[in-house]
Amino acid sequence: MTDTDWPLWEVFVRSRRGLSHTHAGSLHAPDAAFALRNARDLYTRRGEGVSLWVVPSSAITASSPDEKDPFFEPAADKPYRHPTFYEIPEGVKHL
Amino acid sequence: MTREAPAPTAAHTADAALALGDDALVLSHRLGELMGHAPVLEEEVALANIALDLLGQARILLSMAGDEDELAYLREERAFRNVQLVEQPNGDFAHTIARQLYFSTYQHLLYDRLAAGRSPFAGLAAKAVKEVAYHRDHAEQWTLRLGDGTETGHERMGRACTALWRFTGELFRPLDGLDLDPADLEPAWLESVGDILGRAGLAVPDGPRTGAWTAGAGREGLHTEPFGWMLAEMQHLHRSHPGATW
Amino acid sequence: MATAAAHQTARTHGSAGQEGDIDADDTYQRVFDATVAADERIEPRDWMPDAYRATLVRQIAQHAHSEIIGMQPEANWITRAPSLRRKAILMAKVQDEAGHGLYLYSAAETLGASREDLLDKLHTGRQKYSSIFNYPTLTWADVGAIGWLVDGAAITNQVPLCRCSYGPYARAMVRVCKEESFHQRQGYELLLALSRGTTEQHAMAQDAVDRWWWPSLMMFGPPDDESAHSAQSMAWKIKRHSNDELRRRFVDICVPQAESLGLTLPDPDLKWNEERGHYDFGPIDWTEFKEVLKGNGPCNEQRITQRKAAHDEGAWVRESAAAYAAKHSTRTGVEQA
Repeated sequence: MTDTDWPLWEVFVRSRRGLSHTHAGSLHAPDAAFALRNARDLYTRRGEGVSLWVVPSSAITASSPDEKDPFFEPAADKPYRHPTFYEIPEGVKHL
Repeated sequence: MTREAPAPTAAHTADAALALGDDALVLSHRLGELMGHAPVLEEEVALANIALDLLGQARILLSMAGDEDELAYLREERAFRNVQLVEQPNGDFAHTIARQLYFSTYQHLLYDRLAAGRSPFAGLAAKAVKEVAYHRDHAEQWTLRLGDGTETGHERMGRACTALWRFTGELFRPLDGLDLDPADLEPAWLESVGDILGRAGLAVPDGPRTGAWTAGAGREGLHTEPFGWMLAEMQHLHRSHPGATW
Repeated sequence: MATAAAHQTARTHGSAGQEGDIDADDTYQRVFDATVAADERIEPRDWMPDAYRATLVRQIAQHAHSEIIGMQPEANWITRAPSLRRKAILMAKVQDEAGHGLYLYSAAETLGASREDLLDKLHTGRQKYSSIFNYPTLTWADVGAIGWLVDGAAITNQVPLCRCSYGPYARAMVRVCKEESFHQRQGYELLLALSRGTTEQHAMAQDAVDRWWWPSLMMFGPPDDESAHSAQSMAWKIKRHSNDELRRRFVDICVPQAESLGLTLPDPDLKWNEERGHYDFGPIDWTEFKEVLKGNGPCNEQRITQRKAAHDEGAWVRESAAAYAAKHSTRTGVEQA
């Protein structure tokens, strides 16, 4: 990194109470304090958020596409985890 | 020394609205000049946020004193009541930040008190104090990074703080129409600015905090030379089309 | 700079010399093709053809550069805006453009490009920005014409990009399009106020439309039969409609809007073609387009000079902040905005 090339940060925004933080994008900042402030200015200037996280992009460990199958296929194989798997007679409420 | 604040009258309220409104308008304009010239893209967005907050405040305040556009575009220089600090040219980024630090610290202390009071400014101040808290934080963060970063940063920030120091005394002059005496804010201002400068490794400037001109300063409509040019630019289009709507 | 793990593509399989690599690449290519064909999105860590990556970096960077260079002609009027309401609107709009530039640089960075490098390519003329911003804003009405025509053309181009095959670009465009909806409307409203204003104001509006109309049509790029990258980009679903198709769509939208404004468009050949169901319009001066693209427009040099000056004069600021961060490398994990 050159002196003027600030590191990259990933920004996560909680759009309102009750929801998880969602990835919004990234930005450059010299440090965490500024990353947070820049994130506020950039990603919430129309009131899009109530809380922010910033994470150095270099701190993220991601699954690799090569690992995709063993990683995610078992989950795709368990339809019974999803509510639509079950047939419920019509008219039964609160399920 | 606390001066007994006089009971505000409607005329006093309009005068104070004009003074505070002009402060916000002029500083917003100066920050607007920077768009497209910021040192880094993220800062374009940050400075514009501050400029927009200030312009919003200015429009409410000027509307308390009359028609916002008539006041902004059709007054002569001598009728503007802003402090001289806010009209100072942007200079390098250090000057912009020093001006922000001095002014936003003052404005934050002022709005905080106004929000707790019962003057006609209480409502506006309650909303604006949150905006201004952010402006102050922005200026403090940058003061630390420029003052305590590289040697160049340190030098430039020190120079800027010194250059603008003599415009800071005017902030605490009496202002009729407010339910407080700005002089009461001065100790907290000195302490806060001194603390930030100290943390940034910068000396608190030791020069005078007001100019030697006894006729007065911005609140009396006496401004510095760059201000006339600023108004000429700001007003020329509006004045070129009398009576037109935009 | 360390590229983010989240943005890094697993490209180890690209290394030559091992038996079976060609087969592996073939498989990857097939997965890529199938993903695009199924209208699913390609994401940063997916395998992608080098040419696809290069095309995207070039296009997204050019788009980002256009946003930040595009700040200049409009910022030119912030200090002279004729009412405080207009001043606030214009500042918010120019600020949005800086923000859009940032979203787009972020998208380009997911492909392994660095912003510093992209800016350097802009400053040295190795990457381009939209030629439209090489025209000057001479009067206040130009701010309106840019909003109505230039942003209008940009939106026509950008809406299909929200469905572009590359995920981060598509997502950035969704955000940009959502935020830009006010840009075009404010321009139209500005021109309407002028058109219905004094004689001088009306003339100012007409003059601006006369100057911006043809350059706006050029924004869709050369005619389809001369467009170098179009066919491949359409196959990759980076581009969804041809230049001429989008240009026609734009003209059809603008003609009735101009009528409502009480302004004319400077094209004597403009008339409704019942048979085609579109407006016919006169020939575009592609010589001017090519000249401006080459650097011979009224403002090419001025725009890059200002951009470079801002960047160069800001170097000490960025360096000081980086030095401060290095000195105080504490984590402020509890802070919340």
